[in-house]
Amino acid sequence: MDFSFTREDEAFREEVASFVERELPWDWRERSVDPEEPEDAILVKQFKKKLSENGWLTMAWPQEYGGQAAPHIKQVVFNEEMAYRGVPAGDAGVRMVGPILMLYGTEEQKRYFLPRIGQADIDWAQGYSEPDAGSDLASLQTRAVEDGDDFVVTGSKIWNGAHAGADWMFMLARTDPDAPKHRGISFLLTEMATPGITVEKIPMMWNAYRSLVTFDSVRVPRQNLVGEQNRGWYVGAALLDFERSGVDRPARARRVLEELVSFCKGNSRNGRPLSEEPVIRSRLAKMAVEIETCRLMCYNVAWMQSREMIPNKEASITKAFGSEMMQRLYGLGMQIMGLFGQLEPGSNWAPLQGRFENAYLRSHGGTVAAGTSEIQRNVVATRGLGLPRG
Amino acid sequence: MDLGLNEAQQMLKNSAREFLDAECPDALVREMELDERGYTPELWGKLAEQGWLGLIFPEGYGGVGLTFLDLSILLEEMGRAMLPGPFFSTVVLGGMAIMDAGSEEQKQEYLPRIAEGQIIVTLALTEPSARWDAAGVQLTATPSGDGYVLNGTKLFVPNAHISDYLVVAARTGTGAEDVTLFIVPRETNGVTQTLLQTIASDRQSEIVFDDARLPGSAVLGKVNAGWATVARVLDWGAIGKCAEMSGGGQKVLDITVDYVKQRTQFGRPIGSFQAIQHHCANMATDVEGSRYITYQAAWRLSEGLPAKREVAMAKAWVSDAYRRVCALGHQSHGAIGFTKEHNMQLFSRRAKAAELAFGDGDYHLDAVAHAIGL
Repeated sequence: MDFSFTREDEAFREEVASFVERELPWDWRERSVDPEEPEDAILVKQFKKKLSENGWLTMAWPQEYGGQAAPHIKQVVFNEEMAYRGVPAGDAGVRMVGPILMLYGTEEQKRYFLPRIGQADIDWAQGYSEPDAGSDLASLQTRAVEDGDDFVVTGSKIWNGAHAGADWMFMLARTDPDAPKHRGISFLLTEMATPGITVEKIPMMWNAYRSLVTFDSVRVPRQNLVGEQNRGWYVGAALLDFERSGVDRPARARRVLEELVSFCKGNSRNGRPLSEEPVIRSRLAKMAVEIETCRLMCYNVAWMQSREMIPNKEASITKAFGSEMMQRLYGLGMQIMGLFGQLEPGSNWAPLQGRFENAYLRSHGGTVAAGTSEIQRNVVATRGLGLPRG
Repeated sequence: MDLGLNEAQQMLKNSAREFLDAECPDALVREMELDERGYTPELWGKLAEQGWLGLIFPEGYGGVGLTFLDLSILLEEMGRAMLPGPFFSTVVLGGMAIMDAGSEEQKQEYLPRIAEGQIIVTLALTEPSARWDAAGVQLTATPSGDGYVLNGTKLFVPNAHISDYLVVAARTGTGAEDVTLFIVPRETNGVTQTLLQTIASDRQSEIVFDDARLPGSAVLGKVNAGWATVARVLDWGAIGKCAEMSGGGQKVLDITVDYVKQRTQFGRPIGSFQAIQHHCANMATDVEGSRYITYQAAWRLSEGLPAKREVAMAKAWVSDAYRRVCALGHQSHGAIGFTKEHNMQLFSRRAKAAELAFGDGDYHLDAVAHAIGL
């Protein structure tokens, strides 16, 4: 057993850290950057370009596709540093579309898309959830009907970031309504500029939007079908050998906790620094313990992957635990700030530029997006512990 | 980074599982709860034969010379099997205190005998103040002639009733850490031992020292230098306990999962209900977290790296996690799990005792608060 990083990994950590310090806009840290907001999306894209020039954007990719085949632990270091510094470096193209194309794409698709993804030239929207298909994703109803060399797509996709200027959508659509639900779905790449697509912004309770994208007889060329027709469910669910430890959450949390600690040292209530209140000390310490435990569980996922073990149960545990931990963390921050916690950015009275108010609201999305906590627990129980399905 | 066991560690774990399955069945655990001594010399002898009583001692002292991390792996299995008897108090507390503080002569005198199973030792640290710091050591050792006279009371001393020697922490000066360790034969005049009735049916004692006279040679290590050893033993003890708790928690999860697959209500196994599935998933999360936070601290202690923060975090997490795991185990078992006949109660009573030992969650959170800059 060895819980340390190699000297090489530590040197890489330094390199990433100083790169971020150098290349990011000065006020990055003070803002709640949302890559699914148009203005922020431009900033994020510029930064991704820089990462791409460094080779870091696709460092997890195999060398034949321009990647570095970086070891999982090196990816952990990279993802930790990005998250700790508040950089939204996640990229659906790099993490999802690229690897899917490597596994299932035609030569033509690979040739066209992979270099563009690797250079951060394409912004992707995810076309999975529908208004009536959330946790039960396989019941999705968006139809793709064959017509000559095209599919004609009709239906809607929701909760994506299409409004922020997405160029393409990777999506699941039903191509055989008579087959069992998992077996009549196909994986398509759809250009957002195609006629018949409407993007409607949905205001969220935190300071951001998500999109509802409607397809009205949208023609998608057959050449944009990825993998076999009606096998799209399995294409989308392909096990990708990317770092999927969720280590970004404890890394981000560590930063937030540090901010809270310094807030408590610098602010008093009833003439006494908050950092001397026993209840607050205890709660912050408990949070620190949770963050550390989460970090180690995430390391374990990455380590398992590095040994070619498949961390299904373990990854679901870190997803549920990590996202719930973030909620508890921001909730604790709000509680510590008391009345001031409710102030939005812009007020002179707002502590830490009012960032907690928005982050607190937003943290509620974390336990729903990308597999709810309930679904994660189902996975742990059924796939991990072998309990019978209900 | 390598979060797996190496080959030797895996073998140790496997052989411990196999040995304890055979030699420490539930029936023995139950029998020993009622037994006057709380252990059998026969099993004690077998632990010595396995080399486990001297696992952590250097080879020059009759030991195997393995690391604290290796010992933690063994303790995890012992926690799973609820091994009754004085292994923890003899090896982790008394033995490691002697290993840490003893003179060459003292180490030669005691450690090989511990390793061979000839003597049982323990640590007498806590007092009625129930504090874990040096100020809590109020029992006095007063110089007298060539030796010392001890007066005061020790409380919650594990397995003192069967120990041949007690490593006693005594106050020998007015400075905050003027604490000296003594090796005291239990049969010394003026030492009175009384068993306490405890939640886990373990054997903790009150020990009253009333003008107990000791020779100068009873000083373990150096005068007024005992606290540094105690502080290290507390770290080893806390993490050793965490390892036991991790093993116990895994076992509670295992028996709960087995049970909910079999137990039928409303015409289907209760394990097919999401309410129960989510209990089990939450238990798995606590067990998983316990394992890695424990091993991180055990690894640091083994490597001689600074570990205050990691020890405190581990004991804080695992103490609470094991209690939660037992509570959900009980909830999933329903009424049957509360019966004496069922094994759940064996674990949940031990979970509470382990939580309290070497500082509970709240105690360690204070150290964590310091560590994060508060």
